[in-house]
Amino acid sequence: MTEIFRTCPDTGLKFHRPAENLMKANAVAAVVFLLVGGVYGLLVGLTRWPAVHLLPADWFYLALTAHGLNVLIFWLIFFEIALLYFCSAALLGCRIATPKIAWAGFALMLIGALMNNYIVLTGNATVMMTSYAPMEAHPLFYLSLILFAVGALIGCFVFFGTLVVAKAEKTYEGSVSLVTFGAITAAIIAVFTIVSGAIILIPTLLWSLGFIAEIDALAYRLIWWGFGHSSQQINVAAHISVWYAIAAIVFGAKPMSEKVSRMAFLMYILFLQLASAHHLLADPGVSSEFKMFNTSYAMYLAVMASMVHGLTVPGSIEAAQRAKGFNSGLFEWLRRAPWGNPTFSGMFISLVGFGFLGGISGVVMGVEQINVLMHNTVYVPGHFHATVVIGTTLAFMALTYWLVPVLFRRELVMKKLASWQPYLFGIGMSGVALFLMGAGTLGVPRRHWDITFSMTGGVVHEFPAAANTLLALNGLSVILAIAGGAAFCIIIVSSLLFGRKLGNEEKLDPPIMATPPEDSDYEGIGTGAISVPGTLVLAGVFFVAFAVYYFINWKYLAETWGIG
Amino acid sequence: MNSTLTPPKSKLWWNEPVEKSELIWISIVFVWGLVMSFMMPYWHVTGNQNLSNETYKTTPERFMSKAQSFVDEYTVRNEGPRNYPVVKPPPGGDVYMVARLWDFWPIVELEKDQTYRFHLSSMDWQHGFSLQPANINIQVLPKYEHVFTLTPNSAGEYSVICNEYCGIGHHMMIGKILVVE
Repeated sequence: MTEIFRTCPDTGLKFHRPAENLMKANAVAAVVFLLVGGVYGLLVGLTRWPAVHLLPADWFYLALTAHGLNVLIFWLIFFEIALLYFCSAALLGCRIATPKIAWAGFALMLIGALMNNYIVLTGNATVMMTSYAPMEAHPLFYLSLILFAVGALIGCFVFFGTLVVAKAEKTYEGSVSLVTFGAITAAIIAVFTIVSGAIILIPTLLWSLGFIAEIDALAYRLIWWGFGHSSQQINVAAHISVWYAIAAIVFGAKPMSEKVSRMAFLMYILFLQLASAHHLLADPGVSSEFKMFNTSYAMYLAVMASMVHGLTVPGSIEAAQRAKGFNSGLFEWLRRAPWGNPTFSGMFISLVGFGFLGGISGVVMGVEQINVLMHNTVYVPGHFHATVVIGTTLAFMALTYWLVPVLFRRELVMKKLASWQPYLFGIGMSGVALFLMGAGTLGVPRRHWDITFSMTGGVVHEFPAAANTLLALNGLSVILAIAGGAAFCIIIVSSLLFGRKLGNEEKLDPPIMATPPEDSDYEGIGTGAISVPGTLVLAGVFFVAFAVYYFINWKYLAETWGIG
Repeated sequence: MNSTLTPPKSKLWWNEPVEKSELIWISIVFVWGLVMSFMMPYWHVTGNQNLSNETYKTTPERFMSKAQSFVDEYTVRNEGPRNYPVVKPPPGGDVYMVARLWDFWPIVELEKDQTYRFHLSSMDWQHGFSLQPANINIQVLPKYEHVFTLTPNSAGEYSVICNEYCGIGHHMMIGKILVVE
């Protein structure tokens, strides 16, 4: 029994071997699907570059379907399951509940993901990730997603079970850590999400098999988005937990106040699901009251929670840096941050990109009336590449650099490339987000193979020349981002295969886990009563950008046709 | 010495005071949320762009027959590569537009600064009504007849592009709205 736990010499974390193996399996599966989805993404980006126009139409739509599913679903959820096990078993230093059932869940997810890739690749399920009824895919398509979802649900319950184990076996005292609290948030949202997915995908499967006569298009959209949008909230809760974790890993940071950060996580659970309705703002049959309620009361409270994290995450870093002596001026704490450490730079680019690009565009697009200017244009993928790729994916990449030695006990290889990787990926993906949003404001449709309309027999529309330029710039940014993504996959896979094995007692130098400052070091930091003036200034800049962009879009709206 | 990865130092963490910078930011964010919540109903009262949600259940057959009578009554000529009817309803009148795999039918001719009641539905799958370059984007669903008004504010040739993926011919799906002085 003594062998079943090991203590990590670098972090002091206690790893339960079966839990550790599950984390490894899920993390490796995640990276594999990221690689597959990334290749599809490159093909999509190059096809939408008008001068390149790489793929024929059928392959373009197929690649786009596969891209969405592999990266948005399989990469993220596999990684999140690894993260849930880490935040429970590793952070609480306990054994994982029911490892065999956890492996069954993993197997279901893997079978689902492979089956899905197979059926999409045969060309029988080119329906996009959203698979809007009554457009029909092969039954295996729906079945594969259901299997994957059941597997993920099992993962969530193993996580909850592990929390119970830790509590019962008293492996920690008081409340769980903030990071684990964030993971609990993600898991609770995941349960709601997966249940919504089951409610819509099971009847859709039966319909595709001929047992149900009809799936109502609007009902499908309403319930599907309870799944499709909420799954993005799992991502948000998970990557914000990762931000907090990295703040502790790199700086030894503690929460500015436990209460505020935890309340902000709680607000996600309470309000985010309702906000899914912002996908229906341009739909018939949904009342304005419903739309406004869901996008203001529900969505803005969730947005408020994100903005709070947007302050408290860098704020906790600033406070820790100041406590360590980087206390002069507004930004010494930030200048003296380890910008060459990919775990930090990835996390910080993720934070800034998620807020400035993804957050602002998301709220503006979620305004009932303004949505009409953006609905289903490439503005939408522009927005979510900022939230889910710069935000979630880059945060997960950043953490992975740290997990390689901690979890896999291998030394990272190609450290120089690793120190550049977050910049390459972050800048490339910021280009994707910005240029797609730009093209979207010019009306360029999403999920569209040919905006020159060469196949219509002469009925054409000419987009402004700038649209072509923006799509070309997007293509270049895709190449940059894919280079960054490929660098990540190569570094991680090579490290796992060829990285130097670290001994069981060997400590890395420099250390990869910061020592938290003493409480007394926190006394008198900052200016007067404001302990984190730099972060407050950055938050102010964010707020001004947000407000200006918000009102600019009302002005755009006022200039178009009257709509009643 | 605690961090975000360890249990809170104080067991009664919910009683600990909140940082001043957090309070300032939370207040700003809360007020901003109220401003944004106010803007949507405010625009319903004062703005000219509020998409109606008047909707009726229909069937492809029923909607097509209404669209056909609209075309029969108001067609002024046929034109374009597809030789589609150009239909010119009276100002303030109803306009029927059919979304189907893979076009928008018929061509509609409108007068600038006049308001028309659009009826929009799909014959088959989901489609997107994307009016360019005005950049007005509306979801089109089968079996739902969506009724809303549009008031063109400048003359010219406008395109209606499908921006909801609808199968292999999605990129061929286009229609026209002409606006005359």
